[in-house]
Formats: sequence, C-alpha cells, structure tokens
Amino acid sequence: MHELLLKRKSLRRQLSAAEGLQPVRIAILGGSTTNEVADLLEIFLLASGIQPVFHHSEYGRYYEDAVLDPADLIAFNPAIVYLHTSYLNVQAVPPVDCSEQEFRKHVEAEIGRYRQIWESIERNLSAQIIQNNFELPPFAVLGNLDAVSLGGTSRFFLALNAEFAAAAARNPRLLVQDIHGISARIGLSRWFDWDRYFSYKILMTTEGNVAVARSLSSLVRAIYGKSRKVLVLDLDNTIWGGVIGDDGVEKIQIGRETPVAEAYTAFQEYCLSLHKRGILLAVCSKNNEEVAKQGFEHPDSVLKLEHISCFKANWEPKHENLLAIARELNLGVESFVFVDDNPAERAIVEAQIAGIAVPNIGNEVSRYAAIIEEGRYFEAISMSEEDLTRAALYRSNSERANLEVKFANYGEYLDSLEMSAEIERFKPLYLERIAQLTNKTNQFNVTTRRYTLAEMEAILRDERYIGLYGKLSDRFGDNGLISIVLGRRELDLLHLDLWLMSCRVLKRDMELAMLDVLVENARAASIATLRGYYLPTRKNGMVADHYEKLGFERDSLDPDSKSSVWTLDLQTYTPRNRHIRILEPVHG
Amino acid sequence: MDSVLEELQSIFRDVLDQPNLKLTRESNADNVDDWDSLSHINLVTSIEQRYRIKFALGELQELKDVGDMIDLINVKIAAR
Repeated sequence: MHELLLKRKSLRRQLSAAEGLQPVRIAILGGSTTNEVADLLEIFLLASGIQPVFHHSEYGRYYEDAVLDPADLIAFNPAIVYLHTSYLNVQAVPPVDCSEQEFRKHVEAEIGRYRQIWESIERNLSAQIIQNNFELPPFAVLGNLDAVSLGGTSRFFLALNAEFAAAAARNPRLLVQDIHGISARIGLSRWFDWDRYFSYKILMTTEGNVAVARSLSSLVRAIYGKSRKVLVLDLDNTIWGGVIGDDGVEKIQIGRETPVAEAYTAFQEYCLSLHKRGILLAVCSKNNEEVAKQGFEHPDSVLKLEHISCFKANWEPKHENLLAIARELNLGVESFVFVDDNPAERAIVEAQIAGIAVPNIGNEVSRYAAIIEEGRYFEAISMSEEDLTRAALYRSNSERANLEVKFANYGEYLDSLEMSAEIERFKPLYLERIAQLTNKTNQFNVTTRRYTLAEMEAILRDERYIGLYGKLSDRFGDNGLISIVLGRRELDLLHLDLWLMSCRVLKRDMELAMLDVLVENARAASIATLRGYYLPTRKNGMVADHYEKLGFERDSLDPDSKSSVWTLDLQTYTPRNRHIRILEPVHG
Repeated sequence: MDSVLEELQSIFRDVLDQPNLKLTRESNADNVDDWDSLSHINLVTSIEQRYRIKFALGELQELKDVGDMIDLINVKIAAR
C-alpha cells in the first residue's frame, strides 16, 4: 500500500502508456473529497485495460449536481455515475426518543432524496449508477442499544442499507457498493480518518480508500464483462499440506485431525464455495498426474475431481500449462486467478502471462482465502439464471437454521441430521489421530488409558486386538474421527480397554452405532462376551452409566474406588442403532 | 546532505513524479512545481507512513518551508 501511495503518479504514467485501453467516462458525485478514491480507482482500472475519464461534482454537491442542476453532468455524458456518500451526508437522524412512525418518516425522507438522484440520472443519462451504502456510524452513543432502539443511529443506517438493497434488487440500472461490508472488514477505527477530515475533508484513511477503489474497479470490470471466471490452483502446500509425491496420500495434511489439516480443509471449502457460485476450478501443478489425483480421493478432501474443470499435473512450466488450460476451457487468461504458495512460480507466471491475476497469498494457509477475497476478482453485477439454478441445488442456509424447531421427538431430529458413520478397524492413515484422541479425551472416556503412537502401531499389528474408529458426518458437514473402541481378546472374551468419544457428537447415538459394529466384529471372531470397565476420574462422570445404558450387566463395583466391571452376552444381542447410516467399508 | 532532507527529496520525487527534483531547506509550495493542495495531502500521508509519525491538527499550517518541516519531523522522531 505504501508503494501504491508513493508511486501513484509514475504508476499512472506507465500504465497509461499501454495500447488499446478502453476509455470509460465516470462521474463521481461525492459527499466528501473524492480525489484520492478517484486517483486509486484510475490506477486499478488502468491495470485492467480501462482508461477512466473523470468528472467530479462540486464538493459535497452530489444531490444538487444530479437533481437541481444536472447540465454539467449531462454534458459530460458518463457511462457510469458513482454516488460516493457517507453517514455524514444524511440530513436528519432520528431523535433519541423516536417513535416507530417517526422512524419510518426519517428513513423515507432520506431514501426519497436518493430516489430523486437515481431517477434524475436515469431520466437524463443512459449511465449505470453505482451507489455505495453506508458504513456504520463512528460512534454508538446508545451502546448496544444503538443497533436496537428506534433512536439509535446504527439502527437507522442499517434500515437505510436495507432500503438501498431493496431498490437495487428492483432496478438493474442501480448497483449497490457494499461499503458497510468493506468498512467492517477493515474495521471502523482504521476506516475513518478524522485528522484528514478536519484538515482536507477526506473522511477515510488511505487504507479505506484503497479498499473502496479496489471494489469499485471490480464493479466496473464486471459491468464491462471483465470479471474473472476461473480459479487455478496449485496442489502441494496450496490445497493440502505436504508434498503428495514425497509423502504419499496418507500423509498429506487435510481433514480435521490437526490444526494445519483443518486450515487446508477450510481453504478447500472456500474454493468449493466459489465453485458453487459459478467460478470454474482448474488445477495446475508440478506433479505426476496419477499421484496428484489421489489427493482428491483422500476421504477428507472437500474438493473432488468432479469440481475440477481442467486438470494439468505434469512437469512442464506452469505458464505453458496455464495457456493450455485457457485453450481447453476456451477462456482468456485474463479471466484467470492463479493461486500458488511458491513465490518463484508466482513470479514466472506473472512475468510470462499478461493479464492473469497472481495474488501474493504468502505461505500461511489460514490467510489464503482472505488474501484472495481482498483482490475482489470474481465480482458479479447480478447472479445469472445459470448461477442461480446451480446455487439452488444446494440447500439454503435458512433451511438449516430452522432445523431444530420443528420435530415431534428427538428421534425425528436425529433422523433429520442425515447422519452417516464410517466405523472400521484401525488403519495406518488414522493412527496418529487415534493416539492423539486417547491423550486428549477426558470426559467421554471410560478408562482414560493413554497410548503413544508407537503403542498404537504395536496394537495394529497384534491380532489379539480389535480396534475400531468411528467418523461421523451429518448434513452440516464432517465431524471427523471422533470415537474409538479398543478390545483385547482373551479366549472367547473381549476386554474393552478403551471406549471414548469426542464431546462434539454427544447425544447422537454414535455409541450405539459403535456397539453394533463392535458386536459384528466380535462375533466374526467367535467372541461370546464383551467385558467393559469403568474407571472413574475427576472428569469422566458422564460415562459412569455408559455400559448400563448399552445394556451391559454389572458384575462388580469396587466400594472404594467406585470402579465397575460390566458384561454383555453377545448371543442375545440385537442391533440398537436406528438413526445413523453405516457406510460400507471401502475395502476388506 | 542531511539524511531527513535526503529522504524527503526521495519522497517528493516519487509523489510528484519528478525524478530530478532538487529539494532544499528553502523549498516551499511556491517554488516546487505541482506542489498543490492535493499532492500536499499525498506528501503528508507518505511522510507520516515513512517515519511512523502523525502530525497534529494545525501543526502543518505553521510551516513555511521544507526546513521547518524537517525540524518538526526530527522533533517527532525524537519523541517517538
């Protein structure tokens, strides 16, 4: 940002020298000094091949120049009119003791002025109108009530913003720039610049103006059909942690088992959300294609091969692969955003391909999505028919939010969660997570025995043990690996050394599903009896009656330690789980 | 050449896009081309960012030339 500010003039000079720039006439009707935002907008647009020609309203005369005296504006004949107003331009905020009726009147009065502006522009010009909505006011004099009370300024601006949104939804000539959201993402304390306002009537910090100009340039690009359409992804250390060619698919970081894996999963979810709104995903990676594709078959990979429109994994230079992707998709590279954690690859792609966007995502996966978002690459001025049908395939959020309230009984609620579980014998892929769970689970843990990874590896090889892990998914997503049962065989008896579960899936009947599968495995091994142990600790009181609830008989209770021993006869056992679908094992 | 003056010259050259500009303690808005009210804002913001200082309201109005500005910057740096 410092560079941008310092070198503004020479940047503009260099960018203006490019050939074939598309001139676009933009009138800015401002409620405060608008030069800085225009300067920055010019640089962003020039970088996108658009040469803006500006007309500024007289200082603060956004209403007069549009409604009362539009001659200059008409003579300028803009293609775009940008109305840049702020909370300071509101004529009258409701009084503190405002009534419902008065509140409506204040909203109407303010919206009425804007309606006049928009109508006058529509009548006199054939321009597209961009109106920014309002940031929240800098002070909430009523505290939290400011957003609630009819006399609260925050509430008033939220009401105005709702009116702006409704007006824009009805009118394709009117686009709203969401300054409310932009300012919130920056933070109001870094948004308003009172020294600059009192000195030069510039209301916002340079940081704020950069964000506004960037978003505005994206809107202008979208109006001219220049929004980006494709997200091209590198693989290793971009959408999963680790190098799949070296580490193997079972070692890459993805899923819920470690913080790093969680972060990569979150980034994949962000990419998938772009896919759902109509952005194409492509892969460009230096990898063996077959090995690279295995990453998408990892059980925890959010992105599947079906989401990828074009897959290039080979050892050719990336810029050549990107050009090949452009040919295959029949789209220009200037509609591409290329995401790669490797700065050397970013540099060569940026140097070799004019017009491609290569955000500097750094190398911390938790920041990737936010950095891509800041670029505002995928702006749309409306959601097309096609986008909407695609979106309709996915359940709406409101449906989910209403879920809990409408059930006759708990079983019906559990059914509505559409749970499915993968309950299988221990696998090398999950041993680390399994050992980790034994060490950190304290509440739903009947014996609280801790195991190291090495001990678990030994158990995996020891035929006396039956170890089961459980993963639970529901319609809201994957909860990951959350339950473990470990049985040790002695003749036809199975001692349950371990039974634990993560508290995030309490009261889902997951323990019944685990028991069903455990019994199945035990019977297959000709075991007649299960023996469970409860060893009380300060934290595991919630499972004192675990075995009782599962239908075990109590054999003994130690009067001092309160530990107990339980038995289940498998001869008469019938499956208990009613609400969780058990997925068929993939192999074996 | 004084180091602050040297750095200011570099900032002025960038902001005003005049690579050969010679800045002296006697330079002011009247004898430097394009030092108008708009570029003044850019200059001030760039200087504040460079030195991580903040000019107080009204402080800048009292300065008559670059020399005054350098003195004020030095005071601010010392108090940082």
